[in-house]
Amino acid sequence: MASEESRDGGISDVTKRLRAEDHVATGVLTAIVVAILVALVAVIGYILVSGAGKAFDLHFLTSKPESFKAGGGIGPELFNSFYLLVLTLLISLPISLGAAIFLTQYAPEGPVTNIAKTAIETLSSLPSIVVGLFGMLIFVLGAGWGFSIISGALALTMFNIPILVRVIQQALEAVPRDQRDAALALGLTRWEATVHVLVPAAMPAIVTGVILSAGRVFGEAAALIYTAGQSAPALDFTNLNLASPSCPWNIFRPAETLAVHIWKINSEGVVPDLAAVSAGTAAVLMICILLFNVLARIAGRAIERRLTAE
Amino acid sequence: MNKELDEREEVAQAASSAHGGGRQPRVRSKHSIERGGLVFTGVCVGLVVILVVMLIFMVCSRGIATFVHDGISLGAFLSGTTWNPHTNGPDGQPLMGALPMICGSFAVTLLSCVISLPFALGASIFVVEVQPTFGQKVFRPMVELLTGIPSVVYGLVGLSIVVKWTSGWAGGTGYGIFSGSIVLALMILPTVTSLATDAIAAVPDSYRDGSYGLGCTRWQTILHVVLPSAMPGIVTAVIMGMTRAFGEALAVQMVIGNAAKMPTGLFTPASTLTSVLTMGMGNEAMGTVFNDVLWSLAMVLLLMSLVFILIVHLIGRKGAAKNG
Repeated sequence: MASEESRDGGISDVTKRLRAEDHVATGVLTAIVVAILVALVAVIGYILVSGAGKAFDLHFLTSKPESFKAGGGIGPELFNSFYLLVLTLLISLPISLGAAIFLTQYAPEGPVTNIAKTAIETLSSLPSIVVGLFGMLIFVLGAGWGFSIISGALALTMFNIPILVRVIQQALEAVPRDQRDAALALGLTRWEATVHVLVPAAMPAIVTGVILSAGRVFGEAAALIYTAGQSAPALDFTNLNLASPSCPWNIFRPAETLAVHIWKINSEGVVPDLAAVSAGTAAVLMICILLFNVLARIAGRAIERRLTAE
Repeated sequence: MNKELDEREEVAQAASSAHGGGRQPRVRSKHSIERGGLVFTGVCVGLVVILVVMLIFMVCSRGIATFVHDGISLGAFLSGTTWNPHTNGPDGQPLMGALPMICGSFAVTLLSCVISLPFALGASIFVVEVQPTFGQKVFRPMVELLTGIPSVVYGLVGLSIVVKWTSGWAGGTGYGIFSGSIVLALMILPTVTSLATDAIAAVPDSYRDGSYGLGCTRWQTILHVVLPSAMPGIVTAVIMGMTRAFGEALAVQMVIGNAAKMPTGLFTPASTLTSVLTMGMGNEAMGTVFNDVLWSLAMVLLLMSLVFILIVHLIGRKGAAKNG
């Protein structure tokens, strides 16, 4: 009887200890998650708050940057960032779509597919500075385009392709297999089934993914400092001479982006109002990326609603 | 029904294959559509493959020039502790020791992983095992947002908060390996967290049910069942984080202090491969010895990234073999 009691007591002690451990562990895990959320809010809050004064100042957003006196703006940088993004998407989207369709629909089992998959995976893990240096070798020096928008856009394309291929691949694979089978059973070729059935069905996820990747491209700097260059010639929007360096649409002019601007002014350290300008630029960059995030979700949902006619 | 479906698919596939085309004259136009699609997508994939091969080849061929063309020995490059390419050493060769940068890169990479791993692992356990709804609805979008913050912005935050804070309690300028690691830890946190979350979520529920059925608490289940099963995935997550930390250029360059000498402590200025590349590449003309050595650094960076990818592959293959 006595021994029975002590064994009961022993078991309940163990249970108590285990339960206490479980509670402590849950507490620690919760604390970690809270810490991460606090850090996230602190980082984003700090950027937005410290740069808010500049970011909503129209003069700052439209005037040209200054090197040795205070009061410079980010007008050309803002334009360059968007222009580079659009060009990059124009080049990288068709290639990524094609590559993703190949990998999901055609991909024969065997070495060809393995090589392709390995190549894309390799490209996605390469440091962006290495991609930028390669861009410098090929486009800036090799092709003789100098530090230019087109060199930058092509370097960003290399940076963007693996991201886009993965996104589109996942979107296509998420389409129920029945839809593909039904299309094939109706006598469509794989290409027709892909273009007319799979891609439209995957469109919401593709659009969301593309816009999110646009945010990554928009903030990329390391791949650009030696391809698109670190100078931003003043832009004249009335100038339509595509060969002139002040023509905004000229793809052979150097183009510093917002992200590169933050890096450059901080590493040179000659701008008198350095802290204010870099905080303002970072806030503008962050706001754009937050907008991309919101837009990605809204656009994806809107397209889905149109597709399902709800 | 299913069989019929398969037969139809076979017909469609036969029409698409090069040999089937001749036997099925009725679907020849379909055949050319299909071939057009295959050619277009094949070209896209081919382009990507060619670009990658070209990248590796060109960076390596420029990097090797230091040793072949300028006659600097590989040993002196990898083990030399003095980086001062404009001065000649006692042997008459320029001082091109890359060891300080290699050490710096590994130091920030390892330290940032050590800092961010407990947070990433804790968070991913929490969102899979404790609060899945919160994880899906709140935490995942938040982490995605964290991924989207540009690296220069992390660098700027590091410059204006981390460096000042470090200098406040550790003395000195605040620039150094420690500040760099904190910034990198924050940067790789979303990568490691989301990959580790996927790995933990992939553990079959039957494992958990079995453990609970034996009377284990949640923590026991996590510690003894879930984590060991998810281990290959978690290791992969950490290595992907290391790949990102190793290759990150601007954020590190902004806070590490950029002193190209052997790191002596966590709080003194140091350099990494990426920071020297970022600073130096613009200053030197192509073809000079200094420029060649910078390309050798780029090659080391590239080869290390390839090694990381290889490790991830090996782990993946081992995991696949283990699961049959």
